[in-house]
Amino acid sequence: MKSYVISRLMQLVPILIGITFLTFGMMQFTADDAVDIMYEQAGSVSEEVKAAKRAELGLDQPFLVQYGRWLAGVASGDMGRSYLSGKRVFEAFADKLPATVELMVVSILLTIFVATPLGILAAVYQNRWLDYVIRTFSFVGNSLPNFFVALLLIYFLALRLGLLPIMGRPGDWHSVVLPALTLTIAMGAKYTRQIRAVMLEELEKPYVMGARARGVREYTILTKSVLRSTLIVIITLLALSMGSLLGGTAIVETIFMWDGVGKMAVDAILTRDYPLIQAYVVWMSIIYVCVNLVADLAYHYLDPRVRSCGGES
Amino acid sequence: MLSFMGKRYRPLVPYLALAGVVLLTAVFAPFLTPYDPYVQDLEGALSPPNADNLLGTDRYGRDLLSRVIMGSQTTLCASLLLLLVIASFGSFVGAICGYRGGKLDIFLMRLSDVFLAFPQMVFAIAAAGALGGGLFNAAAALAVIGWPKYARIARGLTLTIRAMPYMEAARMAGTGPFGMLVSHVFPNIAGPVLVTAALDIGTIIMELAGLSFLGLGAQPPTAEWGAMMNNGRSMLQTAPWVILAPGTAIFLTVAIFNLLGDKIRDAMDPKQLQK
Repeated sequence: MKSYVISRLMQLVPILIGITFLTFGMMQFTADDAVDIMYEQAGSVSEEVKAAKRAELGLDQPFLVQYGRWLAGVASGDMGRSYLSGKRVFEAFADKLPATVELMVVSILLTIFVATPLGILAAVYQNRWLDYVIRTFSFVGNSLPNFFVALLLIYFLALRLGLLPIMGRPGDWHSVVLPALTLTIAMGAKYTRQIRAVMLEELEKPYVMGARARGVREYTILTKSVLRSTLIVIITLLALSMGSLLGGTAIVETIFMWDGVGKMAVDAILTRDYPLIQAYVVWMSIIYVCVNLVADLAYHYLDPRVRSCGGES
Repeated sequence: MLSFMGKRYRPLVPYLALAGVVLLTAVFAPFLTPYDPYVQDLEGALSPPNADNLLGTDRYGRDLLSRVIMGSQTTLCASLLLLLVIASFGSFVGAICGYRGGKLDIFLMRLSDVFLAFPQMVFAIAAAGALGGGLFNAAAALAVIGWPKYARIARGLTLTIRAMPYMEAARMAGTGPFGMLVSHVFPNIAGPVLVTAALDIGTIIMELAGLSFLGLGAQPPTAEWGAMMNNGRSMLQTAPWVILAPGTAIFLTVAIFNLLGDKIRDAMDPKQLQK
């Protein structure tokens, strides 16, 4: 296990270098000049002042030097200052991250608690009306874009019925419901479908037949044996859906005015505040990579078949 | 053989027909719109669905039905073109990597690892923003992050067929690397790549519309479903039909292509048939 962890960590190094390089490089495609944006509000500023600022920020250096400096900053938590507010980027990001994490954790928990029973029910009642109803819901959820779901929920639950507040305020459970529900609908649809498929496969296995033949109650078979296999599926799904969840939060936070990093990034793009965007992309990718790493390690730990292949000594 | 093929693909027919209707609507959109989708009529602004404007009008009094029909052209053409570019470029790279192996393979696969390490929409939002918005730039952002998935799939498929006896035979008959790729590798990996692409259409449509919704894709006044919804966002309470019309259009289109993708996968995968 130890050697496996070390080898997986080593594999991260080139990936992280690649992520940071591409993120930094991406911002070189922008047509705007950083210093011009900074002095946009200040009216006319002489070219000497701008040149001095460029030299101060190191913008007159070659690309690779700039990248090296920036990378050292990423590693030490100093990613420069926002062009507009002048706040330190790393702190701005760290301030907003808890709200996004709150939204993500609530949606993931909601998804697991909704999708697991639905997936199992659909599998147990395969090709009966309950299965068809669940499958239809999961299909519809899969075909709705999250921004449409968000607007529909706002319209029906908040504006028409007045049940829940529209604007999000992190920390208040009332306001997390609608954005979390939005993210849950798309994710839950995928989870339900996958859990159903895995359950169907599992229910056909000989040990289930054996248990049935011995007269073990169906309920006991489900809870004691089959349910365990869904745990591994849920971990796989968590790792897989993390990518779309991280992207989804940007859209959902913007719609619900949820004060997280996703909304911060979208706002930063509209105001061309590139240091904030860089921080957002790099840190979101690092979170994504880490979640996938943890999922891999969890597999390793939970599934004896994977473990024996991994070279446990 | 033919009758067997017919039977296998028969379940596809209704879904192909539905997708065909959507595609024909997109292609002939300019001839199908009851009104000019760009003509403003401020006196008739924000009227709810009625006999003249079946889906109502937006805040500039433009007919929503006409804009939804016109939007099908923008959204679908862009999405399908994007998918074509991603799938063909990705499989091309993947096939070469799988067939040639060596340093090129290692380099390109490490590169694709890096792209796969980004959350797709996070990258696309930032890249589209850096490029400055616009439908073309939004599609370009999605293309840059989208191709590695296809490269992965194509490489894996190429590796499994590379050692097949018919490949060996073709090589011994003197077929060069280019000929091998064109006449043996591509035809044999095309099926699974097509299935993946068919299953991806819905996602691509939603992602591209999502970027437009954030203001990073198609710009007003272009009739595009995501941009239309962005436009109607602030009037949700007073005029919900402004977002309902394009939203339902996205939903129905994505649903049709998702169903088609599922059925294509079932038809291509004999294992699924037995269930």
